[in-house]
Amino acid sequence: MERHRPPLPRFRSPLRGPWLTSVFGAVLLAALPVVIVTGLLSYVAYGPQFGQAIPGDVGVLHLPWFDWPASPSWLYRLTQGLHVGLGMVLVPVVLAKLWSVAPKLFAWPPVRSPAQALERLSLLLLVGGILFEIVTGLLNIQYDYVFGFSFYAAHYVGAWVFLGAFVAHVALKLPHMVRGLRSRSLHAELRVPTSETRPEEPDGDLGLVSERPGPATMSRRGALALVGGGSLLVAVLTTGQTLGGPLRSLAVLLPRGRNSAAADGGPNDFPVNKTFAVTGIEPGAVGATWRLDLTGGAALVRLDLVALAAQPQHTARLPIACVEGWSTTQTWTGVRLRDLAALAGVPEPASAVVRSLENGPFAQATLTSGQVLHPDALLALGVNGAPLGPDHGYPARVVVPALPGVHNTKWVRSIEFRSS
Amino acid sequence: MRHRFETLYGAGAGHLAVLLLSVAVAGYAASIVAGDPLWPWMAVWFVAVVVGHDGVLSPLAAAADAVLLSVVRRVPRARPTVVNYIRVPALGAALTFLMFLPGIIRQGEPVVVGQTGLDQSPFLGRWLLLVAAMAAVSALVYGARRLTRR
Repeated sequence: MERHRPPLPRFRSPLRGPWLTSVFGAVLLAALPVVIVTGLLSYVAYGPQFGQAIPGDVGVLHLPWFDWPASPSWLYRLTQGLHVGLGMVLVPVVLAKLWSVAPKLFAWPPVRSPAQALERLSLLLLVGGILFEIVTGLLNIQYDYVFGFSFYAAHYVGAWVFLGAFVAHVALKLPHMVRGLRSRSLHAELRVPTSETRPEEPDGDLGLVSERPGPATMSRRGALALVGGGSLLVAVLTTGQTLGGPLRSLAVLLPRGRNSAAADGGPNDFPVNKTFAVTGIEPGAVGATWRLDLTGGAALVRLDLVALAAQPQHTARLPIACVEGWSTTQTWTGVRLRDLAALAGVPEPASAVVRSLENGPFAQATLTSGQVLHPDALLALGVNGAPLGPDHGYPARVVVPALPGVHNTKWVRSIEFRSS
Repeated sequence: MRHRFETLYGAGAGHLAVLLLSVAVAGYAASIVAGDPLWPWMAVWFVAVVVGHDGVLSPLAAAADAVLLSVVRRVPRARPTVVNYIRVPALGAALTFLMFLPGIIRQGEPVVVGQTGLDQSPFLGRWLLLVAAMAAVSALVYGARRLTRR
């Protein structure tokens, strides 16, 4: 067979071997479940019971259903910040892991048995799955929809394709990983300089160790530092979009490393999650003629801005946390949603449908009973002591603790409180 | 019987069961978007990212590294470790370029402006500064090491 080997690339790095692959594998085995679970939690947070999670029908491929809680207020900020932030920090580790197993891709003969053929198909799902999730995720957080299809649907389906292959891969390779990790001491390896770096012991059919290794140009500790440094670099360039405050400006290459176009440091100078200009709302609709309709009770209750401002006001410091992983915590003032529910004549609503003046896929959002009744859940009229700016939802927007940002409806037109 | 299966298949029954399950999950997951008219594009992207990584970016990186090594070997008085002072900033530049590509090349700008109220004008300049900073730090560290080890 070897005689018929086509001119496939030869891999000569003396660093490749079961130990190095196992180190990268162990990091991914520990961290990827966090990325996976937080991603699946985001689907629950969108409220699939109201048909507002995307894709709509996922069969059995979801976490057990539960009502997404409204406390702690930073819950979605944490889960989605972890999903996006940790997912990005792991990119160098994924690339390093793929580099370390590259010789397997060109193994000759390509298939020795039906078992190996099936395993290679599963590896296509594994590698395709993780790269697809990384690429679509990175494009989405930068608002680049060059792929044309629904990000939500594709990213969710890609996640399950990956998850199935990931579980199979771990089941089959865990013993190899444990053996690989035990073959060398990390502590000892961190003391070996480049000049003393030798290939790992021949690994036979495993096929990771080069048969004709060249001289080492980098030590194993150097390779680990390179990958770790890459992750650290990504962390520095990413976490600011979630942590906010002065750290935000560290996210120099992300759209959410900046606040607002005004950049005046004023009460409304924080990141906008959709500008007023693109909503197509007539400016007159948010002027003096604007009214809020509260429905679901015996009679329609219609309030203007003066009447709303005359209601008891409540102030709460709450984050807006978006699916793209960025968040911003501000001090919001307005009328409690539960006070509005009582005003509408439905003091114990089962749910509430908030509708915006805008049109489009996120022009309305349904809230659970727990979200409406939370004491900090607001129809905000102001932020940081000033009226809401046009881009932040003037004259009124919803701010609910731990709710995905896009469901904090802006430019609110009506709220329907449902009793069942 | 068991021996016969393993000879034919090439591994144990557990191997087959685990892998069939992973393929089944993938098929079931794909059926979620079966009604989406754009599902073929999702499949194309799924394959394209693998081809892009395994068939384009990895060979390019390996070729670039081979060129780097051969150039360094021809330079008199260059120490072998100088390659890592070139590799590190180069990989940092490549990683940040790929991960933050849309902002750097200003792709999808109308959506960014609509969503955030801000354009993508700063990103190319910032990325170039970051690359220059990584290269400068690497050069300084290399220079300092050569001086102190003389």
